[in-house]
Amino acid sequence: PHAGPVESKNEAAMSELVPEPRQKPVVPMKPMGINANLLGYIGIDTIIEQMRKKTMKTGFDFNIMVVGQSGLGKSTLVNTLFKSQVSRKSSGWNREEKIPKTVEIKAIGHVIEEGGVKMKLTVIDTPGFGDQINNENCWEPIEKYINEQYEKFLKEEVNIARKKRIPDTRVHCCLYFISPTGHSLRPLDLEFMKHLSKVVNIIPVIAKADTMTMEEKTEFKQRVRKELEVNGIEFYPQKEFDEDLEDKTENDKIRQESMPFAVVGSDKEYQVNGKRVLGRKTPWGIIEVENLTHCEFALLRDFVIRTHLQDLKEVTHNIHYETYRAKRLNDNGGLPPMTVETEENHESNL
Amino acid sequence: QNGGYRTLPLSGHVGFGNLPDQLVKKSTKQGFCFNILCIGETGIGKSTLINSLFNTDFDDPMSEHFLPNVSLRARTYELQESNVLLKLTIVNTAGFGDQINREDSYQPIVDYIDAQFEAYLQEELKIKRSLFSCHDTRIHVCLYFISPKGHSLKSLDLLTMKSLDSKVNIIPIIGKADCISKTELQQFKIKIMSALFSNGVQIYQFPTDDEAVSKINTIMNDHLPFAVVGSMEKVKIGNKMVRARQYPWGIVHVENENHCDFVKLREMLVCTNMEDLREQTHARHYELYRRCRLEQMGFRDIGPENKPVSPQEACEAKRHEFYLELQRKEQEIRQRFVQRMKEKEAMLKEREKQLQTKFERSMLMHQEMKLKLENQKQILEDEIAMFIEKKAKAKLLQSQASFSTPVVILKRDKDGK
Repeated sequence: PHAGPVESKNEAAMSELVPEPRQKPVVPMKPMGINANLLGYIGIDTIIEQMRKKTMKTGFDFNIMVVGQSGLGKSTLVNTLFKSQVSRKSSGWNREEKIPKTVEIKAIGHVIEEGGVKMKLTVIDTPGFGDQINNENCWEPIEKYINEQYEKFLKEEVNIARKKRIPDTRVHCCLYFISPTGHSLRPLDLEFMKHLSKVVNIIPVIAKADTMTMEEKTEFKQRVRKELEVNGIEFYPQKEFDEDLEDKTENDKIRQESMPFAVVGSDKEYQVNGKRVLGRKTPWGIIEVENLTHCEFALLRDFVIRTHLQDLKEVTHNIHYETYRAKRLNDNGGLPPMTVETEENHESNL
Repeated sequence: QNGGYRTLPLSGHVGFGNLPDQLVKKSTKQGFCFNILCIGETGIGKSTLINSLFNTDFDDPMSEHFLPNVSLRARTYELQESNVLLKLTIVNTAGFGDQINREDSYQPIVDYIDAQFEAYLQEELKIKRSLFSCHDTRIHVCLYFISPKGHSLKSLDLLTMKSLDSKVNIIPIIGKADCISKTELQQFKIKIMSALFSNGVQIYQFPTDDEAVSKINTIMNDHLPFAVVGSMEKVKIGNKMVRARQYPWGIVHVENENHCDFVKLREMLVCTNMEDLREQTHARHYELYRRCRLEQMGFRDIGPENKPVSPQEACEAKRHEFYLELQRKEQEIRQRFVQRMKEKEAMLKEREKQLQTKFERSMLMHQEMKLKLENQKQILEDEIAMFIEKKAKAKLLQSQASFSTPVVILKRDKDGK
């Protein structure tokens, strides 16, 4: 049975919380004429508001990993994404630091707030990746780190007395930086993505895209897409996890046209046409980071932060983590008998 | 304050402020589950109240008073408002308080609630699990109907609520409140709340930590238990058709806050605290159940020397224990089998021996009989021989005697012939 239309008071309450203009209204709040028949409205749809308030109170965790050779602009890009000095380069690390001899994993966490929403953002950097002469198995420390976070979470989840909110250090998103050679993917790129796309959400990005012309960019992207497909690499958003037709059409467009995003990062502002914009100044002009005709940074930002942030977390939790857990429990021989052990009854998940 | 992390200012608009929207959108797609348990005597107005709350005729047939024990009936309905889909499950207790001996009235209810927790726990412990897509059947709120007739809580009420207060969120309500006057109602409410308090019954408190709702929740907490009236009939008041009960002396309007607390209940249950009820069920009641159950199964977080035991170790230890037990059992069964075999064998041997002796004895007897018979045969043969001899002798004497005496011969001839 359908209840009556929504009362307009809810719309007023919601607009107080988020002052910025939202792109897509999640719950269409068209104020229809208030029905004289008050019995019609129950108030079930207020649960959305209740849930929203609760989640805002608890805050969010988000962990993003950046992988790529040094000098591809990883830290700058992350700083640009979150409009804040969140990467390790800015947190007291020296730019002239020596490249490590092995792949290191460095995680830095900060708290940022916007529109009443508190987010604990952790940026995980991987200095040393792809920088050695012999790069064999350099993805292994990264895979180990990712699995360690799953293990940590699993340990907490299996405890008898559990924490109310288990701290989430699992990697929700891994940005893989492809060098803009203009030719094709390198064996290292393919190896890394092949191994890691099974355990974490990988979003490939083409770094320093300002070194390619428009045509070169389009061709390169096509070639990269083809190579990824030929090698069976499922990057995020994975086809098999599209929940419904709406998701599928939206994600198909992103997968087949936009990705991999060709990005440029910058934390310096310049004056262009009377506005202050983030950009890179060159003798031949200023490359505007957030200008869609210049590069696809804005697409990446909208994709990762404004539309798919929650989905990245959910795919990590519901799919990658569950896969890890199932494998872990299987290796252990499963959990012991579920029922209280009686004389004859020994049911189990073994 | 932020768990040891530095707070950074943003130099521009990033866009994650809509994160709650993203989360809510996903939840809306999946739909929400809400499960209500109604406990109260037959005829106290449970079904009517639920119908009134959700403005729908759920078509629950009336129970009779003669049910032998308490049984729980669960029905699931799908309601939609705007684009929110709610899977509402109403669990009714049929026959509560009707029996003559009501000692076990609360047990089926406790068992039912535990069964829902158990189902969720089993799913959570599976290797391959699907927690996010499975239908959550755990009871989120229990509406306990107190009878308006009486001065305070009945002992059955206290007993039932005490056995449920650590398993489910209880909201006590007074059913059919239109038969209490306003002044009596105040006294009644105070008596009920003090009885609950003095008996240590933990009823659900509307949360007051969120500033947006703390004010209204505090007010509502003071109005507990809600005195409600439900109605399936609509009466015209003014120029509107409203839910009401018509009496000769007036009309009780269900949604009039002066007449009863129905609006307050709906406000609290649906509009303000539905999400909190769900969260409390999951974070508090379910966790408690899970902890007790796992401890019951023999798991511990802390090992024998107060050192934390990792669950993997616990699992391994359990498995090892189980395996040893299995081996021991197998050994036992095997031994028992061998024992039985031996016994049977001995028995059979014994029987065999017995039969053998019997056989020998009868053989012996047979021999004796044969001998005896032979002897007798011999004796008879001897007698026959003797008789033949005697006969021959007699014949001889007879032929000799016929020559000596004629008179006698005549006679004898006659005789002799």
